[in-house]
Amino acid sequence: MPYSVPKLTDFSAAALDRAVRELLSVLDQESAAVGSENDWKAFRDRWIARKNGVLTQLNDLWLKAAPKDAKRDVGQRVNEVKGKVEQTVDATLNRIQGGASSARLASERVDVTLPGIRRALGAEHPVIKTMNEIIGVFRNLGYSVEEGPEIETDYYNFEALNFPPNHPARDTQDTLFIAGQESKPLRDRLLLRTHTSPVQIRTMEKMKPPVRVVCPGKVHRNDAPDATHSPIFHQVEGLAVDTNITFCDLKGTLDHAMKALFGSSVKTRFYPSFFPFTEPSADVQISCIFCDGKGTRDGGPCRNCKASGWIELLGCGMVDPNVYGFVDYDPAKVSGFAFGMGVERIAILKYGVDDIQLFFNGDVRFLEQFE
Amino acid sequence: MKISPHWLRDFVDLPVDYRRLADELTLAGIAVEGISGERENTVFEMEITTNRPDAMNHYGVAREVSALYDLPLRPIEAKLPAAKGKSDVTIEIQDPELCPRFTAQEIRNATIKASPTKIANRLALLDQRPISNAVDATNYVLWESGKPTHVFDLDLLEGRKLVIRRAADGETLKTLDGVDRQLTTEDLVVADAKKPVGLAGVMGGYDAMITEQTRNILIESAWWDPVTVRRMSKRHGLHTDASHRFERGADFESTVLSTNRVAQLILESGGGELIGSVIDVIARKLDLAPIELDRREVRRILGEELSDLEISRILTRLGFVLLSGPEGGYLVHIPSWRLDIEREIDLIEEIARLHGYDKFANTLPACTGGVIDQPDAAKDSRLRSSLLALGYNEGISLTFVSKDDAKRFSAAPEIDLANPISDEASVMRTSMLPGMLNMLAYNLNRGTDNVRLFEAGNVFEAAGAKTVELKRLCVGATGKAAEGGAHQPARPLSFFDLKGDVEDLLAAFTSWTLYYDANTADYYHPGRSARAVMDGTTVAQFGQLHPDVAAARKLRQDVFVGEIFLDRLYQHDLRQVRYEALPRFPGVERDFSFVFGDAVVFEKIRQSVVGLGIAELQSFIPVEIFRGEKVGVGEYSILVRAKFQSAERTLRDDEVAKWCRQIGRALESLGGVQRV
Repeated sequence: MPYSVPKLTDFSAAALDRAVRELLSVLDQESAAVGSENDWKAFRDRWIARKNGVLTQLNDLWLKAAPKDAKRDVGQRVNEVKGKVEQTVDATLNRIQGGASSARLASERVDVTLPGIRRALGAEHPVIKTMNEIIGVFRNLGYSVEEGPEIETDYYNFEALNFPPNHPARDTQDTLFIAGQESKPLRDRLLLRTHTSPVQIRTMEKMKPPVRVVCPGKVHRNDAPDATHSPIFHQVEGLAVDTNITFCDLKGTLDHAMKALFGSSVKTRFYPSFFPFTEPSADVQISCIFCDGKGTRDGGPCRNCKASGWIELLGCGMVDPNVYGFVDYDPAKVSGFAFGMGVERIAILKYGVDDIQLFFNGDVRFLEQFE
Repeated sequence: MKISPHWLRDFVDLPVDYRRLADELTLAGIAVEGISGERENTVFEMEITTNRPDAMNHYGVAREVSALYDLPLRPIEAKLPAAKGKSDVTIEIQDPELCPRFTAQEIRNATIKASPTKIANRLALLDQRPISNAVDATNYVLWESGKPTHVFDLDLLEGRKLVIRRAADGETLKTLDGVDRQLTTEDLVVADAKKPVGLAGVMGGYDAMITEQTRNILIESAWWDPVTVRRMSKRHGLHTDASHRFERGADFESTVLSTNRVAQLILESGGGELIGSVIDVIARKLDLAPIELDRREVRRILGEELSDLEISRILTRLGFVLLSGPEGGYLVHIPSWRLDIEREIDLIEEIARLHGYDKFANTLPACTGGVIDQPDAAKDSRLRSSLLALGYNEGISLTFVSKDDAKRFSAAPEIDLANPISDEASVMRTSMLPGMLNMLAYNLNRGTDNVRLFEAGNVFEAAGAKTVELKRLCVGATGKAAEGGAHQPARPLSFFDLKGDVEDLLAAFTSWTLYYDANTADYYHPGRSARAVMDGTTVAQFGQLHPDVAAARKLRQDVFVGEIFLDRLYQHDLRQVRYEALPRFPGVERDFSFVFGDAVVFEKIRQSVVGLGIAELQSFIPVEIFRGEKVGVGEYSILVRAKFQSAERTLRDDEVAKWCRQIGRALESLGGVQRV
């Protein structure tokens, strides 16, 4: 026999108390009788359904029927009852769900040792990832990023970098040239940049010192592809020019950068080299990261550094005063350094890759390893 | 280039063993790349930088050793017998600019035979093939002092004279390698009275070469203009030990000494007589201007103070002569073998290099200025992280493609390479697609069937005499959208997987309008490709690759690709996030089930409903599409779900009903028939 809300005629406090008590005791009894989710739904609807639920009936039979002077008291009580009913309905659901759990949960058991459903994540290309790491190291040292075109003029790739026309140093660059340039003056002829150094010139043309930039990008050489050569590769070039920059600053900056990239125990070693656009010029070696600079590994000579304990990594130097002449800087007032590193070379070392072609054929079995 | 450290002992005492010598020379800029052999047969494989022709020989390396360890250097000396009589050979320099100096010596009655063992062995150690005592003498002197010389059979020179002149157009010269060379006025030759007998500074002539019959010899040692030698060497494809040194700058003052050394070696091994004194024609002096060196400048560039003693010790050992200059600095005279030293900074490098780079402290410069990013950096980074999250691996392909591919995938004029690596890589890419398709094929050919790749980069187009580089993004996918397994069935990739990814990428950018239609390039499947138009500009096209194109590239499964024109997309700003108040009132959903003719595309349906301007319409999404069975041919049934919601109030039943009637009428006006 479901509970139905009695019509009230006596709205005295005592009568209301009695009616509320009776209602709540029925609520408790019904709540206790709920044993399943279906029971609970019926229980819920009986008490709080908008159409003809107990709470709705309370509104109609108690509140609306109450004389003016009792409305306030009745309203308060109805609100209290409403709160208790809602609370009990929620609590009842909690109880039956808890009560049913052990059996149901047992039936819902899955084999958690089966592999999960995975959504594939893409992997960053190791070269781009390495390039971004290098940029990050220099960004933290206050370097901005500059970019430039891949098709360059002879002027920016060579002449303004102090490679005069017919200079033997041009031979070392294995340049790929754009066809049909013969009618132009040499400096305007187009070629694929062989280094990102032209961006140095473009940067200095548009801003005055202090300059502190890194120039990442793709470069091209006329090299047939094999395990150690590729006609495309990436470089990060750096340039710092100011009123007081010295060779010691160049050394300190690159020593810091190499430690940031390869670990703080790495040592650097600088020795003279030749680049037309720097003077003095240097090549930089780091202590071999495979044998910790010992030259031997696993009882034999270290293959990675050819037992020397050192690995050659990048070229650098103080910006040649001739270069300042091309960009209208006064070499008597400013000085600076430039450096350039091959990103593939660094990625090869960092990840132990043995064939540079792996970077450029899109083999996902290779790429996915860098996820 | 090879150097025998044992040979160095002729000129300097070595204070350390060969291995350490190699290391310490390298750290001073005279790079030893490898060591082979033992004891006196030890050979250094050198990597001498192009600016240092003076160190491409034993005496030059010995000079570096002397400076490195502060040891005396023993000079090369030529010991010659007294000359007999007078030589009647004449030398005529017609072009003093290109040949400022030419030195010669006549020898008579020499015997041509094998070189003495010591000479032959030393040359063999450097991989130089011994030929005969006279030829080996020139070779020995080249490796000893770096000065290329040449020997002629004097009896084969017509007119007993040498003329240094430009070749005439149409003249020919058979060089020592037996090749007939066509000469032009660009070529500088050594000629006798009638014909060229040598290509200046590059290679001697075949017809006047030393043979076993030779008795009388003329030795040549000249100084040639580096640029001229380089041009000739390039034009004739003839790179020789001589041209390598002349084009980098030989020692102007060494012509007499080198001539005398060659004469000495020939006389010692082949006998004969020295005729007359050396003929030394100087048509033009080559003077190296002295350079002022200021110690303050040394400090400004290098960052450390070096003592006067250290500076003068280093420079003096290298052959520089230091006089006192203005303001307590130096006036430095440059030795004739150092054509690379022209400025103060060149001297500073010499000082730094022999002081030892590693002795300089590591410091960091003071920080000035702020970091500025590239304008597109945030957009690049946003797209890249979205693509990685969507499961695309990042690829890099070659920048060059075949001519066919350049034309197949773009209408833009392509840029040819003058010296391409191969025909397949002969033009700059005009589209990212060939590279992407190659990468997809590479994977399919290796049994990897599920591939998702993206590549960002530039494409290149000719624009008159100029070139344009346009930033592009390319995506490629093939195989399954979801891999099947124990938990769920596999689902093959479809056009809509790719479209969803493109929508995700474009959603990062702001625009007034964005729509998709089927106008795409002809290399796409005409029925399964779309372009995205943002504020009137095509920012992407994508879809299934045309089956014919796929077949031509031997792609054995459906391939989906997309091109995103970043140069255009980046005209739009990234969406700035502005918080929107969360809805406080419930939304109402209503479904519409209609049958349409195939010509009525969803975009039409959507636009007609959006065009009603119902502000409370939050979304209008297709939830089911059905063809066949009860639906007629050329028609489809679609179930669309509209969601209404207001930020201000709970919606009333009557207003929702009114909107639904409006929508129903709009759909009917498109020819739709409501399904019951």
